[in-house]
Amino acid sequence: MALCVRALLGSAAARSLASPGRSLLPLRGRTLTLPGLRCASTVQQRVELKRRKALEGGGEKRTEAQHARGKLTARERVALLLDPDSFTELDMFVEHRCSDFGMEADHNKDFTVFGGSLSGAHAQKICKIMDQAMTVGAPVIGLNDSGGARIQEGVESLAGYADIFLRNVMASGVVPQISMIMGPCAGGAVYSPALTDFTFMVKDTSYLFITGPDVVKSVTNEDVTQEELGGAKTHTSVSGVAHRAFENDIDALLSLRDFFNFLPLSNKDPPPVTECHDPSDRLVPGLDTLVPFETTKAYDMLDIVHSIVDERDFFEIMPNYAKNIVVGFARMNGRTVGIVGNQPKVASGCLDINSSVKGARFVRFCDAFNIPIITFVDVPGFLPGTAQEYGGIIRHGAKLLYAFAEATVPKITIITRKAYGGAYDVMSSKHLRGDVNYAWPTAEVAVMGAKGAVQIIFRGKENQAEAEAEYVEKFANPFPAAVRGFVDDIIQPSTTRLRICRDLDVLASKKQTNPWKKHANIPL
Amino acid sequence: MAAYRVTPTFQRVLRAVKHASLRPRCYIISCHSQYSTVYDPHEKTFDKILIANRGEIACRVIKTCKKMGIKTVAVHSDVDSSAVHVKMADEAFCVGPAPTSKSYLNMDAIMEAIRQTGAQAVHPGYGFLSENKEFARRLAADGVSFIGPDTHAIQAMGDKIESKLIAKAAKVNTIPGFDGVVKNAEEAVKIAGEIGYPVMIKASAGGGGKGMRIAWNDEETREGFRFSSQEAASSFGDDRLLIEKYIDNPRHIEIQVLADKHGNALWLNERECSIQRRNQKVVEEAPSTFLDPVTRRAMGEQAVSLAKAVKYSSAGTVEFLVDSKKNFYFLEMNTRLQVEHPITECITGLDLVQQMIRVAKGYKLQHKQEDIPINGWAIESRVYAEDPYKSFGLPSIGRLSQYEEPLNLPGVRVDSGIQEGSDISIYYDPMISKLVTYGSTRAEALKKMEDALDNYVIRGVTHNIPLLREIIVHPRFISGDISTNFLPEVYPEGFKGHPLAAGEQRELLAAAAALHVAAQLRSQRFLGQQRVSSVPQERRNWELCVELDKRVHMLGVSRSGNSYTVEIDGEKVVVSGEWNLASALLPLTINEITLQYLGTSFKVRVLSKLAASLNKLMPEKIPEDTSSILRSPMPGTVVAVSVKPGDTVAEGQEICVIEAMKMQNSMTAAKTAKVKSVHCTAGETVGEGDLLVELE
Repeated sequence: MALCVRALLGSAAARSLASPGRSLLPLRGRTLTLPGLRCASTVQQRVELKRRKALEGGGEKRTEAQHARGKLTARERVALLLDPDSFTELDMFVEHRCSDFGMEADHNKDFTVFGGSLSGAHAQKICKIMDQAMTVGAPVIGLNDSGGARIQEGVESLAGYADIFLRNVMASGVVPQISMIMGPCAGGAVYSPALTDFTFMVKDTSYLFITGPDVVKSVTNEDVTQEELGGAKTHTSVSGVAHRAFENDIDALLSLRDFFNFLPLSNKDPPPVTECHDPSDRLVPGLDTLVPFETTKAYDMLDIVHSIVDERDFFEIMPNYAKNIVVGFARMNGRTVGIVGNQPKVASGCLDINSSVKGARFVRFCDAFNIPIITFVDVPGFLPGTAQEYGGIIRHGAKLLYAFAEATVPKITIITRKAYGGAYDVMSSKHLRGDVNYAWPTAEVAVMGAKGAVQIIFRGKENQAEAEAEYVEKFANPFPAAVRGFVDDIIQPSTTRLRICRDLDVLASKKQTNPWKKHANIPL
Repeated sequence: MAAYRVTPTFQRVLRAVKHASLRPRCYIISCHSQYSTVYDPHEKTFDKILIANRGEIACRVIKTCKKMGIKTVAVHSDVDSSAVHVKMADEAFCVGPAPTSKSYLNMDAIMEAIRQTGAQAVHPGYGFLSENKEFARRLAADGVSFIGPDTHAIQAMGDKIESKLIAKAAKVNTIPGFDGVVKNAEEAVKIAGEIGYPVMIKASAGGGGKGMRIAWNDEETREGFRFSSQEAASSFGDDRLLIEKYIDNPRHIEIQVLADKHGNALWLNERECSIQRRNQKVVEEAPSTFLDPVTRRAMGEQAVSLAKAVKYSSAGTVEFLVDSKKNFYFLEMNTRLQVEHPITECITGLDLVQQMIRVAKGYKLQHKQEDIPINGWAIESRVYAEDPYKSFGLPSIGRLSQYEEPLNLPGVRVDSGIQEGSDISIYYDPMISKLVTYGSTRAEALKKMEDALDNYVIRGVTHNIPLLREIIVHPRFISGDISTNFLPEVYPEGFKGHPLAAGEQRELLAAAAALHVAAQLRSQRFLGQQRVSSVPQERRNWELCVELDKRVHMLGVSRSGNSYTVEIDGEKVVVSGEWNLASALLPLTINEITLQYLGTSFKVRVLSKLAASLNKLMPEKIPEDTSSILRSPMPGTVVAVSVKPGDTVAEGQEICVIEAMKMQNSMTAAKTAKVKSVHCTAGETVGEGDLLVELE
């Protein structure tokens, strides 16, 4: 039910790519005046006329066509996304500068106007907004519904893209950038969402691809539909390009409001804290019996996450991609946290290429924007096999390791069951500057499982069953790690929420810096 | 040496103990259960009792054992190893894997548990081995007391024909009928005339409603005879027919009896158990609204004479069918503790488990018939993990992600064997708990039941509280006009949830709207931040659209403080209360009527006026049905396939197990359906996305 309401007001800058660049916002109570207004009655009339035409967008007919496709116009979308009366539009009067090919000078480009293709003027508007967002430290939200470059404008349009890409890169890690794909987004345009922190899509009406089905057919002779090639399902479950998909425009925009509430405004802003009605010292008795006795039996990590976070409110990122790792945002005692957890229910919760990359990107986002990271560990190791080795599990796995190691935000780790081998090190271990590392009594921190270990140590010897029992007794428990201080405490699972909330309070003032560098070199 | 400091509480305890030792009896009255039972600490009893059961009844027995100072042994299957009854008992013994035939019904393992733990007596609870004469015999052979009747009584009452004959001999009313085999249609008409219409013609070998006909006159009798004998011949290969009186619209009323080994027997009043679905009781109450003192006495005395006739000892139940003219007929006798025994305990003050243990130890009953009171009224609702919208309850399974019993309310007793985090599995009965409320009058008990159901928090599994909540407020139930056909008569189309009256709908809409606004306002408040809103004042008015049951309602909301005034269709509803948005229950005051929970959960969607108007433009999506296809989520080996084509699986039931990374992953059904085809076999290797099983 949590509806966000908070203020996009005075906090966010909205940018629309295909949709009209009419955007910008409202900065912390300061009012922005529209440029170029002069008081003269004739001018006034012209202003009114132009403004009215701009508000009409592509006119009634095109608006209807957009609606018929199950989509809203840019103006409707913006109205839904933002708080009432908080949107201040800039550059409503900018016209594109091209008059070739019979195009008439008209205002702007939501999909109802020129199919939302990107013109030089359009790009200029977007850049202006982004520059301003960077200066004030306001997040950027792009609502994309664009046919791509405006071919008629040629190189000017391409230059426009590059200008936007540069801003995306410069803003990366400074202010959160979110792309909502609400229509086609093809060709060069796709790189802007790819550069932003989160890409969301609307099911059935949005597509992302470098080249459309026609070009694919002519080049590779593959028959593929738009939906298969670059629909929401493809990108959220197969390619991992998009982070989440929503049912329709309204669902998407209202969910975006919820999501936005988790984020800080910029890298200088602390993570937001909201009023919390869920007691921070709430015990969760169900957790005491959650982890099954048989170490080979699966359970749902989301059960743990939901019962520990405030009000079971968990915004999962990439819920359908690399499901063996769970990442997303939640709150602990009102404070935004990032959650990373191995999912024993899927592929035993092992780390593979996709899950490592998914986890790494999420951890780096949290670190960039001061969001504490809580990691739940139940990992049997990295996934073996030729497919993984040939695919480069070594360098991809290294990304997750890198991300956890370089993160300087508060890091709290709970080992719920298995923490085997290199994967133990990777999952925000004490050795990677974990601030607080806990183990549940069911934890097993070891180089590998009992059976495998005994097969190697006692190769060709008898009494393997006995040796296995001894191994279990010695290593399949949290004590070896606890006596060395690699876990700070062995805690009763039901007290986990209470402990995390308390630790977050202490760690709120954590200050840690990495050595000066131009930028680090993550193994891409 | 540690030094002990005597704290004030400790002193109080000491004084209480001292006080108790001065008097021969110590009175313990539990605040949750309405016993006034007397425990005599000097009466020698068993040292250790094994409870051959699980779940709530095992917990129930252990509670009394603890009060009596008896050590307890729990038996459990491997999946139950962290169950509540295991934690409560002093010792626990694993008797086998999950299926009941290999664990709770595994007599060898249970006998072994008795030997190893040295338990002197066994309480069987209900179900499982409670009415198994072989078990009772084996216990007797090993010199272990069975807390229940002796083998003879179990055997005599366990046989339908024998029990009826014994009952007849003991002058208990039995259903009038012809005990022999009916030869032809004309004989059937003659017999029917003697018994009096309506009659039921049923197959001697019958069961499951097959070969059964009800006849109201001679013509129907002839016809019924013909159909029944054909049906019986084809269904059972046995066309022998019986005729007995058909009890139209009967009530199911049972008498609790308690007997000792010295020939004493008491009747502890009746329980009304007419609210049933598929012959399973749902709501029970004691006493019955229907019985007058004369009928009650007559039924009680017949029940006692039957108990005496079979030399019954321990607690037992004699079930009767009662017709609309208060004629009652013996149905059967249950030689065990019944599920619904708590309501009898509430109105009589007796602890039946304690009485059973005393009787098993050989003591005489402490009470005389005139000591047995009817104090107040008690109602029991059986809370099940099942979906009441499907034939009044199809089992559902899952993990109780949140579970809070309404024990904070007065006059509420909850007998349960689960806790937050427990799994409701396919292996056992899906009962979550027995919710019992007790009051000095029926109205009071019903009001408490309403409150208790409203305050019960169960999340993670589908449960039948919506149905229970509807039954207890139904005018027919309140007036006492019930029969075993109550559910099908009241809900001929099946249970559809609470039908909202106009006023209730307004309240629900108002609550939804106010909640929405409260949540919105909260999400605007950031602590310790410099996010300044460009809107100078907090909003006071909202225009919202609430979608309920596919209809959209326009609402105006205005706020002052914690109170919201919601305008719906010109009517004003004021909603105020504690806006704790994390709480599972919202105690709100709506127009000064406290509305806590409507029993039924309603799906409500709140949108702003703008969003609602644009929502109309969104195309309707046809949901993709993936629930009927089960694909392998990862590459692995199929370890076990638990279904075959034609099987019916319940939602969440295990279909097969896939081992990957040395981990066993249970694949479960996404819906309740019939299995269409199975595409994998145990031992087979499957790849990700491979089709495993198709459902219909």
